[in-house]
Amino acid sequence: MAVVRIPPVLRPSVGGEREVSAEGSTVGEILESLASDHPETRSQLFGGDGELNRYVNVYLNDEDVRVLDGLTTGVGSGDTLVILPAMAGGAG
Amino acid sequence: MTPGHLANRPCAGRYEDIVAAIGNTPLVELKRLSPKPGVRLWAKMESFNPTGSVKDRVARALIEDGEQKGLIGAGGAKSRILEPTSGNTGISLAMICSRKGYDLTVVMPENVTPERTQLLEMYGAKIVYSPGNQGSNGAVAMSLEMAAADPSLYMPYQYGNEANPGAHYNGTALEILDDLDGEVTAFVAGLGTGGTLMGNARRFKEELGDAVKIVAAEPMQGEPVQGLRSLDDGFIPPIIDISLLDRKIFVTNSDAIVWTRRLLDEEGIFAGVSSGAIASIAVRIANEIDEGNVVFVVCDDGWKYLSSGIYTRPLDEIENLDSTVWW
Repeated sequence: MAVVRIPPVLRPSVGGEREVSAEGSTVGEILESLASDHPETRSQLFGGDGELNRYVNVYLNDEDVRVLDGLTTGVGSGDTLVILPAMAGGAG
Repeated sequence: MTPGHLANRPCAGRYEDIVAAIGNTPLVELKRLSPKPGVRLWAKMESFNPTGSVKDRVARALIEDGEQKGLIGAGGAKSRILEPTSGNTGISLAMICSRKGYDLTVVMPENVTPERTQLLEMYGAKIVYSPGNQGSNGAVAMSLEMAAADPSLYMPYQYGNEANPGAHYNGTALEILDDLDGEVTAFVAGLGTGGTLMGNARRFKEELGDAVKIVAAEPMQGEPVQGLRSLDDGFIPPIIDISLLDRKIFVTNSDAIVWTRRLLDEEGIFAGVSSGAIASIAVRIANEIDEGNVVFVVCDDGWKYLSSGIYTRPLDEIENLDSTVWW
């Protein structure tokens, strides 16, 4: 069971919650569980190829899972997954 | 230090004009913030550039690239320039455009610190504000529309122009390699357009292979500036190649400000908010290794943030913490 933080743009799809709990021991399993519990999130989280939507960043605590092991990144019981939209940022 | 070496440093040497004085910034060791005796922590002081930020390098490269390609300048080429920015690139472009006689319009989120507006006006730039709740995404979208609607505008487009990382590949990275005799264990920079990270990463990976770790610190924007209608409105700068990154870690606004204060209080470095965020990640990386050089980028100085009170007020008294685009 891991805590998943939901960004404002996805909250309407999860009943307005800021965070939800989801089962799984990898990032992929947890997101799949989230999408099963809240079907409206599926098309936003995943692309047609089953991979992460390119405009979704998922962080294990504070590290982007794309630079870890992607959807196969292991998640422990005390971990938090943070979903954030891909935003232009930085001191541009 | 030889006289020739000294001549390339910003506090010495002679330059034909202020634009030529961009770059060759100091690399300063931070002994108090370094967590272990065997790990040396270095700040690349991009705040020493003429307008006070790393973006002077990028702006010069963007303009020179446009001139070399005949897109701007004499002979019928365009002389009106448009660019989306959260501030620093606009200020750097404004300085350079005022020197070169180009007309500059910048598109900037309305919720940046007010010093940016003053600096841009000071250098003669026109400002168009984009909706604050869309962060930098809004500025990018608005300027793409403006450029498409007016063919007389030239948009260098730092988010998609290889001249941006090129400024670091051919400048910043070479200076760091030179100053550390090629011994860089980790390089930490902020992820915005991706220019600093991509340009430095390519050079360091070419020179040092996988021995060097490239670490991105990115802003976790406050919820008030995550105003996307859907995730598909997200934005990934075209110049970013994520495969060059070994780590990518977000930093909250409050942590960034805490560490901006630590840079000031413990090392005497008066830096902007992104530099605090980057320093926090650099110290974390330094904690994870036993020896080596960890280099991070001080992107800008603190002058543009003074009105926010972040250097003197307690964190819980800082207004608009999450509704400001800090970096």
